[in-house]
Amino acid sequence: MADIAIRQDPQLLATNPPLVRSDGYHDLTEQISTIIEGDVFKTPRKYWITLSITGSIVLMLGAMLTYLVSTGIGVWGNNRPIGWAWDITNFVFWIGIGHAGTLISAILFLFRQKWRTSINRSAEAMTLFAVACAGIFPLFHTGRPWRAYWLFPIPNTDLNMWQNFRSPLIWDVFAVSTYGTVSALFWFTGLVPDLATIRDRATTKVKQWIFGFLSLGWRGSARHWSHYEVAYLILAGISTPLVLSVHSIVSFDFATSVIPGWHTTIFPPYFVAGAIFSGFACVMTLLLIARWALNLQNLITMKHLENMNKIILVTGSIVGYAYCTEFFIAWYSGDVYERFAFVNRAFGPYAWAAWTMYSCNVFIPQLYWFKSMRTSIPVMFVISITTNIGMWFERFVIIVTSLHRDFLPSSWGYFKPTWVDICTFIGTIGLFLTLFLLFARFLPMIAMSEVKGVLAKEKQLFAKETVSHQ
Amino acid sequence: MPPMDIEQIKDKLGLGEDKIYAVMGEFSDPHDLVHAGRKIREMGYTKIDAMTPFPVHGIDAAIGIPYSKLGWIVISVALCGSATALLLQWWCGTQNYPLVIGGKPLFDFSFSIPITFELTVLFSAFASVIGMFALNGLPRLYHPSQNYRMAHRASDDRFILVVEADDPKFNPQITVEHMKSIGAGTVEVVVG
Repeated sequence: MADIAIRQDPQLLATNPPLVRSDGYHDLTEQISTIIEGDVFKTPRKYWITLSITGSIVLMLGAMLTYLVSTGIGVWGNNRPIGWAWDITNFVFWIGIGHAGTLISAILFLFRQKWRTSINRSAEAMTLFAVACAGIFPLFHTGRPWRAYWLFPIPNTDLNMWQNFRSPLIWDVFAVSTYGTVSALFWFTGLVPDLATIRDRATTKVKQWIFGFLSLGWRGSARHWSHYEVAYLILAGISTPLVLSVHSIVSFDFATSVIPGWHTTIFPPYFVAGAIFSGFACVMTLLLIARWALNLQNLITMKHLENMNKIILVTGSIVGYAYCTEFFIAWYSGDVYERFAFVNRAFGPYAWAAWTMYSCNVFIPQLYWFKSMRTSIPVMFVISITTNIGMWFERFVIIVTSLHRDFLPSSWGYFKPTWVDICTFIGTIGLFLTLFLLFARFLPMIAMSEVKGVLAKEKQLFAKETVSHQ
Repeated sequence: MPPMDIEQIKDKLGLGEDKIYAVMGEFSDPHDLVHAGRKIREMGYTKIDAMTPFPVHGIDAAIGIPYSKLGWIVISVALCGSATALLLQWWCGTQNYPLVIGGKPLFDFSFSIPITFELTVLFSAFASVIGMFALNGLPRLYHPSQNYRMAHRASDDRFILVVEADDPKFNPQITVEHMKSIGAGTVEVVVG
C-alpha cells in the first residue's frame, strides 16, 4: 500500500528515491560479474600489493601459532590471577563482528528490509571469516590443538569420558560450531544462483568447470525458486534465534561464574547488542573501502549507509544503557565486591581502557543523531573504526578488570600482553582481510539475484526515466 | 549387468538428440512472463515451467506450482535434532559415565537447553539446504534445457517459459504456435 502511495505522490517520490540505480538486469549482471571475471594476471597491482601485505601478516600468524604450540601457552601474557586475557577478548571480539552478517541476512530478511540485498553477501562472508578468526583463540588456548576433538562428544579411546554438558564452555563449543556451519550453509545457498550466472557467462573451459561444479546445476527453474525461497525463509527463521543464542551463550561463560563484574543477568542481551554494534561497524569499514575501490556507489547508496549508521546509533545506545545499568546494580546490590569491581573498573589501573571504551562506544556514536554526520563518508569511516576499537576494549575491560584484583589483595596483578599476544591478534586481522580480499576478487560480492528482485519491484514502482537516470 | 554405452544411458534417462524435451520461449519482463504463464495454463497445458534470474512473484500460481513441502522435511529433521541432543546428554550423563561435578544433577532439562537448541538449529539448517537441493533434483550435471539458445540468459536478464514434452496436450507444431501467440520471443523446440 505504501508503495502505491509513493508512486502516486510526486512529493513522496522525491523523498523516497529508488534504492538501487541500474539501467536493467543485464547491466547489473555486467557490473558485478566483470569484477570477478577479468584475467587474474591483469588484476590491478594495488590489489596484489594489498594482498601480499595481508598475506605476510597471515604468515606471521602461522609463525606465532607454531611458536605457541612448540613452546607452550606461557608465551602469552595470561597468568594468575588473569587466566583469561587477550585470547578470550579476541575470541569474543571476532565472534561479535560476525553477528552483523547474520543480522543483515536473517533478521532484516524477516523484517522485509529490501536495502539488505546490496550488503548481505559481503556481510555474510565477513561472518564466516570472523568466526574462523575467533575459533583460533580457544583452539590454541587449549595448548594442544591436536586434541580438539575432545571438545566434541566423539567416542574415543584416549579421553575415555564425556564432556561436561553442565558447563557453559561446552555450550559455547556447540553454539560457535553450529553458528559457523549454519552461516556457511546460508552463505552458500545464497551464492548458488549467482554462481550459475557466472557459469553461464564463463568463456573458458576451466571457469565453466569450476562454476558449473559450484553452482550444482542450478538453472533458475520456477520449481527451484519455489523450494529455494522456502529454504531461505527457514534458514532466516532459524538463524535469527541462533544469532541471539550464540552471543548469549558466549556471555554465559562469564555470567554463570561467581566473579564480581561477570556474575550479572544483563550479560546476554548486552552482549548481543554489543556484537551487532561492532559487527555493523566492521561491515561499514569494509563496504566503504569496497564501494570506493569497485565503484559500487549505485548499488550501495547513501541510504544503505545511513540505515546502517542508524543501527549503529541504536545498538551503541543500548550498550551505553547496559553500562549504566551495570553501575546502578553494582551500587544497588550492596555487595562490597561487586561495588569494588565497578569502581575499580572506572577509576582503577585500567581506567584508561574503560574510558576508551566509554568514549568509543557511547559518546562518539551519539554524533549520528545528526543527519549530516550519518551521511558523511569520512565521519562514518572514522566512527566505524573507533567503534571496533571501543568494542575490543569492552571485552578486554570486562575480562581483565574483573580478574586482575582477586578477592585477596595478595592475588592482585596487572596484565601486560607479550609480543606474541600482540602479533597473534594482528595476525588474525591479516587473516580476516586476506580472506575478504580473496572473496571480493573471486566471488560475486553483491547478491545479483536478490538485487534484481528489488530492481524489478522498483521498475514497477518508478517511471522509466527515474530509474535510468542517476 | 552389461556395460552400457553413452547412447544406451541417454536412452534410459530419456535423453538424446531425437528426444524432444520442451518448447521454450523467452520474455524480457517478469510481468509478461506471469501473464503468458497464466494464458498458457488456460490453454490446458499442465507441465509448465519457467526459468528466471530471480524468484518472480506470482509465477507459482500462474503456472500451477504447488507450495513447497520442504517445511515438513525440516520440522521432522529438527525434532530428530532435539531428540539426539537430549538423548546424548541424558545417556552420557546418567547411563554411560555418571560424574558428579559440583553436586549438580546428572541430567536436567534446564542445563540441556543450550545444546538441544543448537543441535536443533544445526539439523534444520542441513535439512533445509540438502532438502532444497534434493527436491530440486540437484546437483545434476546435465539438463536438456541447456540446449535452448537463450538458456544462458535465464541467469541474467531473460524470463523463459517452458512447456514440457510429456504434457498430454503437447504437440511440437501447435505448442510453438501457442507460445508465439502469447508473445514469447525466440520460440524453439528443444531436444536433448
